[in-house]
Amino acid sequence: MNRSFIARNPSVLWFLAFLGIFTLAVTLMAEATGTGFISTSFVKTLGKTLCLCLVAIAMDVVWGYCGILSLGHFAFFGIGGYAIGMWLMYARTETIVTYSMAAQVVPPSPQEVSDAIASQIFGVVGASEFPPIWAFAHSLPLQLLMVVLVPGLLALVFGWLAFRSRVTGVYLSILTQAMTLALSLYLFQNDSGLRGNNGLSGLQNIPGFESTPQSMVSMVFFWASALALALGYILFAWVVSGKMGSVIRAIRDDETRVRFLGYHVESYKLFVFTLTAVIAGIAGALYYPQAGIINPAEIAPIASIYLAVWVAIGGRGRLYGAVLGTVFVTLASSWFTGGGAPDIDLGFYTIQWTDWWLVLLGLSFVAVTLFAPQGLGGLVDKIARKS
Amino acid sequence: MSKTLLELSGVSVSFDGFKAINSLSFQIGEPELRAIIGPNGAGKTTFMDIITGKTKPDEGHVLWGDKGISLLGMSESAIAREGIGRKFQKPTVFEAQTVRENLAMALKNPRGPFDVLLYKKTKHGAERIEEIAEQTGLTDSLTRPAGELSHGQKQWLEIGMLLAQEPRLLLVDEPAAGMTPAEREKTTEMLVEAAKTRAVVVVEHDMEFVRRLNCKVTVLNEGSVLAEGSIDHVTSNPQVIEVYLGR
Repeated sequence: MNRSFIARNPSVLWFLAFLGIFTLAVTLMAEATGTGFISTSFVKTLGKTLCLCLVAIAMDVVWGYCGILSLGHFAFFGIGGYAIGMWLMYARTETIVTYSMAAQVVPPSPQEVSDAIASQIFGVVGASEFPPIWAFAHSLPLQLLMVVLVPGLLALVFGWLAFRSRVTGVYLSILTQAMTLALSLYLFQNDSGLRGNNGLSGLQNIPGFESTPQSMVSMVFFWASALALALGYILFAWVVSGKMGSVIRAIRDDETRVRFLGYHVESYKLFVFTLTAVIAGIAGALYYPQAGIINPAEIAPIASIYLAVWVAIGGRGRLYGAVLGTVFVTLASSWFTGGGAPDIDLGFYTIQWTDWWLVLLGLSFVAVTLFAPQGLGGLVDKIARKS
Repeated sequence: MSKTLLELSGVSVSFDGFKAINSLSFQIGEPELRAIIGPNGAGKTTFMDIITGKTKPDEGHVLWGDKGISLLGMSESAIAREGIGRKFQKPTVFEAQTVRENLAMALKNPRGPFDVLLYKKTKHGAERIEEIAEQTGLTDSLTRPAGELSHGQKQWLEIGMLLAQEPRLLLVDEPAAGMTPAEREKTTEMLVEAAKTRAVVVVEHDMEFVRRLNCKVTVLNEGSVLAEGSIDHVTSNPQVIEVYLGR
């Protein structure tokens, strides 16, 4: 990634400049660091949107560039969230438990402390011991490693099995849906070790920063999300440019032909699938501390389908398209479902957008697929070409 | 006659009981130009599928190279890396990418994902691309998307991509299909030129085209070799006349 790479890709420069200005503007308007024109909860919404943009560009690389319509990438996003959530919950509960036990006459043994933490965390699902998957939860570095390792390994094993058997097209999409559905159903169980449908909560409280106001915490996470999006964008732009990008796009267009050129197509797919899964995990690990809670419903199959819808509406095969699509659809979604859009009274029937938003979204997805396969990003291309 | 590069012996394959290839034996040396003709359903395409690893034969051997390694059980991409290039009947180039990108992808270079990710353009590579573009008459089209090329140009681009792979054996399926007479002539030249340094197998329907290649001809029928020799030799064979030319 040298200077010439960025210089050769003006769209990357444009994007970074735009993201920089946006970040600065939000910083100047936030409560903690600026005028307080925008609320802390809105800063969180913006930070979360940046994380969603990051997972969307990963989706664009795997689908738009490499032609693998994965409908399971949100599972990796969720796993990243769970991995960081385990540490957040553990460390915070440890602080509380240690504090409350400090008053005891006899100092508690490490085992007693551990048991107390476990019963605090798992009391809601009727358990009082740490399941084996919490073995590293006490350590932030190890749990950060899990953020990339677990999605990466899952993608590697799943991808290896699927690509090796040459499962492609809609069959692969169905398999990935099954993967995320299975994971979600498993996590719903109380004995999954991750608190069943309660999920992990209180994630907005960062251990060690209890006295820092949320307005500042949200700002730091916003910056981190912006930085992650910038780095992710540069990484993916680098991957899809040059010869690698050429091979990946060729695999999308005619994978048989690529095989006869001597490329081991499966390795390439596995590389792209795994890399994007890891980035999705990182995006999730930044998202859920801002959301404050993660539960198994987050990785329901519909979430991954949304991801595909964002990328399709934004325009496949261009990274800024995925960003545009994500921002546009999530903003529109909160406007329509949050009561922003006025209901339409037809006389005999009133269209309430909270109910009809999904229909509208579905129709626009179909319309974009049929009539504007270039999506919103295609409009940007047209403007760029004219100027 | 040169030393053997590829040898098929007693190869059979059947699809749902239909014997597409029936104890076929075939040899080609290096360098050599060979034409394969035969009526529809003679097994010409299946023959190529077997060599390139797309179809696994039920029995028989396919031996390759100086050491006589078996190609059976190798993946398509591994066989391609061994030095076997294949041109399909329908021109298959990557239409969304430029001619240069198409050729760059085909250039003989390490093929692993990480090699490709860290690949740096070299002067030598750029020169090779220019050279191949020159040979295939695509010099002026290097920066155009391959999808904009004419049918004949696409065929040449595909031949150029094969040359860029620097294969020892080139399998070419109906290169002249849908070409104008002038384009055919140029294609003939390219193939004859290529066959000076490597083995080239041309599968063709068109007798006139085969005659112009002026090389040894193998006639396939019902999955096995019916006759082999010069074009005049095989066309005077009564069996060949009956199954192929007589119709």
